[in-house]
Amino acid sequence: MTATTLQEPGPVERARWAATDALTVAGRDVAHWRRRPGAVLVGALFPVLLLLMFAYLLGGGMVVPGGGDYRDFLVPGMFVLAMVFGVEATMTAVVTDTARGITDRFRSLPMAPSAVVAGRCLADMASSVLGLTVLVAAALAVGWRPAGPGSALAAVGLLLLLRLAFLWIGIYLGLLVRDPSGVMAVQILVWPFAFLSNVFVAASALPGWLATLAEWNPVAGTVTAVRELLGSPTGDGGGWATEHATLLAVAWPVVLTVVFAALSVRRFQRLSA
Amino acid sequence: MTTTQAAPRPGTTAAQTEPAVRMRGLLKRYGGRAVVDGLDLEVARGEVFALLGPNGAGKTTTIEILEGVRKRDGGEVRVLGVDPAVGGRAWRARLGVVSQGEGAAQELSVREILDHFAGYHATPRPTAELIAAVGLEEKAGTRVSRLSGGQRRRLAVALGVQGRPELVFLDEPTTGMDPVARRQFWELIRGLRADGATVLLTTHYLDEAAELADRVGVVAEGRLVDVAPPGELGAELRRAATVRWTEDGAVREVRTESPAAVLRDLLAGPGDVPGLTVTRPTLEDVYLSLVAAASTARTAAEGDPR
Repeated sequence: MTATTLQEPGPVERARWAATDALTVAGRDVAHWRRRPGAVLVGALFPVLLLLMFAYLLGGGMVVPGGGDYRDFLVPGMFVLAMVFGVEATMTAVVTDTARGITDRFRSLPMAPSAVVAGRCLADMASSVLGLTVLVAAALAVGWRPAGPGSALAAVGLLLLLRLAFLWIGIYLGLLVRDPSGVMAVQILVWPFAFLSNVFVAASALPGWLATLAEWNPVAGTVTAVRELLGSPTGDGGGWATEHATLLAVAWPVVLTVVFAALSVRRFQRLSA
Repeated sequence: MTTTQAAPRPGTTAAQTEPAVRMRGLLKRYGGRAVVDGLDLEVARGEVFALLGPNGAGKTTTIEILEGVRKRDGGEVRVLGVDPAVGGRAWRARLGVVSQGEGAAQELSVREILDHFAGYHATPRPTAELIAAVGLEEKAGTRVSRLSGGQRRRLAVALGVQGRPELVFLDEPTTGMDPVARRQFWELIRGLRADGATVLLTTHYLDEAAELADRVGVVAEGRLVDVAPPGELGAELRRAATVRWTEDGAVREVRTESPAAVLRDLLAGPGDVPGLTVTRPTLEDVYLSLVAAASTARTAAEGDPR
C-alpha cells in the first residue's frame, strides 16, 4: 500500500531536479555575497596582501635555488595558497548552515539530497574563480608575467582541481566539528601546513627530512606543476616527487576528493542517526 | 481507557480516511537509553493534534522521525501512507516542517528568504500572502539578523507552510512569542485547519493545547501516557473535586468524587461556612499528575532487578 498513489519521478527528471536544486542552493550564497560584499572583498584581498608582504617585505632576502626571481617563484605558490584558504570558507559555510538549522530545513524540503553539497560546491568554486582572478590581476600588477595562454589555462585547471579537494575537506571538517571555534583551529593550522611545503621556499632549501615532508605535501605537486606551466623558476631539488610533479598535482587532489567526499557522505547520513 | 483512534471527519473520501500519521511501538535509542519507548499514536486527517510533555520526553525525536530526518530503531510508522524512512521527494512535498531554533539565512530579508525557499516547491504560496499570514508585513524588508526571537519563529512557520502542505509538523512553534504574536499564530493554525491541513504540534503551553487542539497526547519518558480531547484528558483525575473551607481558623480540605454530598452536609449546619470553594483539577494539574506518574513508574521499573 506504500507509494502507489505517489508519483516519484524517473531518473532523467530526478537528475534535472538535482541540477535545479543545486543551482537554487548556490543562489542563496550569491544572494549573501550581494548583501555582504565586504566579507567577499576581504576573502579575495587577503591573498593579495600576503603576496605583497612576501614579495616586498620578505622577498628581498630570499634566494631561489637554481636561480630565478623570487617574485616569479612566489606568485604560483600564492595561487595555490589561495586555493588552500578555501577550506576555511567552505568549513565556515557548512558550520553556519548547520548551526542555524538551515541544513535541517534543506533535509526536510522536497529537494534532491545531493543538492545541499552540490550547491555548496558550485558556490565555493565560483567564489574561488573570483578570488583567483583578483589575485592574478594583483600578480600582473606587481610585474609577474605567465608563459603562455595555453599552459596558463592548464595551470588554472590544476588550481581548481586542488580547490575541489580542499572543498571536500572543508565540508567534512564542517560536518565533523559543528562548532565555529573549530574553524579558528583550522585557520591556524593552515599556516604550518603551508610553510611545510614549497609554497614560500623551495623544498630543496629545507634541511633533510623537512625537505622530504615538504616535497610530499599534498599541495607541493600542484605548486611545482603550476610553476612549470607558468614558466616560473621551480627551485627544483630533483627528487622523485618533484620530477613527477604533474602526476602528483592530479593524483593528490583526486585521492583527497574521493576520500573526503566518501567521509562527508557518511557524516551527512549520520545527521539522521 | 486511552483511545488513539479518532472517528473520520464527515465529508472525507475513502482515500483520506487513512490516518495522516500512524505509529505503533515507535522506538528510538540514544547510547542504549530509549528516548522513545514504544509510542503508539494516530492522527486523523484534518485534525489538530498537540503533543505535550516535559523536556526530554521524546517529542522532538518523534516529530523528526515522522518528518523523515531521523532514523528509528523500531516500530511501524506511516505518514500520509508512506514509511518516512523511505519517503521520497513527492512525499516530502506534502509535508510542512517547522523545527525548533531555526535561524534561517541571517543576512537576507524576510521577503528574500521566502522568495528563495519558494524555489524548492512546485506551487508555493505567494510570498506576500505568507508574510501577511504570519503578520510580518512591517518586517518584510528587514534582515533576519535584526528580527526578534518571536518574529523569527513566525518566519519559520511561514517557511513551513510555504509548499501548501497536507500535514504540518510544528515543534514548539510559539516559544519566544509574545502573547499577541501567539494569538496571531493560533489564527494561522486555525486557517490551516480550515483549509483541510492536518497539524501535529508540540508545545509546553497547556493553554495553547487547550485552545488549538482537537486532541492532546501527553508524552512522558518516551511513552504516550494519555490521549484525549483537551477537556477530557485524565478523566479519572478530573473526577475528584476538592472542597475547601475554613473552620475554627484552620483550612479544612476534602477530596471527593461527589462534592455535592459534602456540600449538603456542610450547608446543613447552623452557621456560615467561610472560605468555601469547590475546585476541579485544571488541565495543568492533570498534566502534572500524568507526567509525575510516568516518571515514578520508570524509576520503579529501572530499580526493579529482573
